[in-house]
Amino acid sequence: MAKPEINLPNDINAQTLGKRRSLLSIIVAKFFQNKLAVIALVVLSIIITSAILAPLITPHDPNLQNLRHRLEPPGPEFWLGTDHLGRDLFSRLLYGGRVSLTVGFVAMIGAVSIGTTIGAIAGFFGGKVDAFLMRLVDVIISFPNIFLLITLVAVLEPSMEILILVFALLSWTGTSRLVRGEFLTLKNREFVLAARTIGMSNTRIIFGQILPSAMGPVIVAATLAVGNFILAESTLSFLGLGIQPPRASWGNMLTYSQSVTIFRNAVWYPTFPGLAILITVLCFNFIGDGLRDALDPRIVEK
Amino acid sequence: MTTYIIRRLVMMVPILIGISILSFGIMYAAPGKPTVLNLDPSISVEDRERQMERLGLNDPVHIQYLRWMGNVLQGDLGHSFTRKQPVTKLIMDRLPNTIVLMVVSTFLAVIIAIPFGVLSATRQYSKLDYGVTFTSFIGLATPNFWLGLMLIMLFSVQLGWTPVGGVSTLGADFNLLDRIHHIILPAFVLATADMAGLTRYTRSSMLEVINQDYIRTARAKGFRERTVVYKHGLRNGLIPIITIFGLMLPTFIGGSVVVETLFSWPGIGKLFIDATFERDYPVIMAITMFAAVLTVLGNLIADILYAIMDPRIEY
Repeated sequence: MAKPEINLPNDINAQTLGKRRSLLSIIVAKFFQNKLAVIALVVLSIIITSAILAPLITPHDPNLQNLRHRLEPPGPEFWLGTDHLGRDLFSRLLYGGRVSLTVGFVAMIGAVSIGTTIGAIAGFFGGKVDAFLMRLVDVIISFPNIFLLITLVAVLEPSMEILILVFALLSWTGTSRLVRGEFLTLKNREFVLAARTIGMSNTRIIFGQILPSAMGPVIVAATLAVGNFILAESTLSFLGLGIQPPRASWGNMLTYSQSVTIFRNAVWYPTFPGLAILITVLCFNFIGDGLRDALDPRIVEK
Repeated sequence: MTTYIIRRLVMMVPILIGISILSFGIMYAAPGKPTVLNLDPSISVEDRERQMERLGLNDPVHIQYLRWMGNVLQGDLGHSFTRKQPVTKLIMDRLPNTIVLMVVSTFLAVIIAIPFGVLSATRQYSKLDYGVTFTSFIGLATPNFWLGLMLIMLFSVQLGWTPVGGVSTLGADFNLLDRIHHIILPAFVLATADMAGLTRYTRSSMLEVINQDYIRTARAKGFRERTVVYKHGLRNGLIPIITIFGLMLPTFIGGSVVVETLFSWPGIGKLFIDATFERDYPVIMAITMFAAVLTVLGNLIADILYAIMDPRIEY
């Protein structure tokens, strides 16, 4: 076999070598070049922090009804106005944000864990295992998600925990296909052969060797998934099949804003919860997009 | 080609069986034995037992499943608990409304999304391109139901231009203009569910075509840019887009649940939500099955169209 020829560029010298950076710092630098992604990261941090600190920030009790202050416009006392029961919209938005973000994050962790494990097993072992698992994925993917979601949630009595569980159990298929694809190409690489040669167990090869190399697309998919779960949660809550009142969620706040009186006289009430969803999901999508570019080695740094 | 279609149809069988098992499983495992809910609670235990025996509810699971499946295959989806009508009839009554809504939405999605996708590709990195891309990002992040609420608030309540819901003015004779007046908002909202995706898909498909050799050849021959883009480019760029129609079907069925509820549109989606609140399990299961079968069909159509359009695909 011919010795591979290595053509080093002539200008390699101590200076460029001295600038060697870790992979992580390259990725971070690439991410920060994407302005939209950085802005989204800042906005999202503000949203998450204020949701976490909601009890300290909110000027009013989110569930306190005050019928004398029904449908008050935004002003110094009620920053974003009040709803049909006189509850402070700003406080409810922050508490609703806690619910929506929790559902989004926890469901994402669940779905990604299941999807990664199943995809890894299918891709690594191949053959009958792969065929069976992928047929399972085909079946689950064939259900238009919303119908199965609504059926399951209705059968199991809607609550935050059920929502998270159902989201996680139904949404791992995309990740599993992704991870399987990565495993199919990665498992034949030299480093896997090397790991086998030194007698590493399958489990260690899967999780210690191949998985870290396959994580890039998974991280991107996971970021986008949080946004999609928040959208799904708000849709189900809006239909009355998600988070149940009086607990606020961005979706169920909108359920009660559907009346001609509110549409005519209290425009702010249906506007703000929707904007909250829109901005949050937009942030996740921009960050996901930024991560996709940052993690893709084919896209060269400027 | 025929063998490919036959093979794809055969591959559908295990998926459809899986779907039916899952649907039946949920109904069977539902707490409170949904089928019993249908019975009058005041009847005696013996009567109730007899009734359950008569309905075959005491048989083993697999027997119940096979019987249910047999009925489904014969087009009998059972009886609605709350509406005392065959489920098949309930669905057939509402199906035309849903189909009309979906057809109009597809039309709107196509006439809005494809031109913007093409323009965005031919003027890559222009202000218009960034504008279109940014708008599709916003579209992807906007909850469909909220967009609907906002449009109802603006056009139906504040401006009074469109009706708040329904298929037509109650009690009026059929009138095409009245129908259009009623369908425009719900169809637009449903169309946006896929517009962002369709635009971006068109854009990337056109970009790929524009960078092809034959486009350069056409340019080299001295054709006008418009002829190059719209005659040579667009024809080929649209080929992969046709396949996306199959994939739009599931999004629209899913979206119809929200849109029909929002606009009181008497279609399958609204029926589904109503049945959910009434715990009308036969209707819920039937519509879930129906939607799943349509999704599988949509994917099949997309694959077959793709195979027809692209000769490089081997059957």
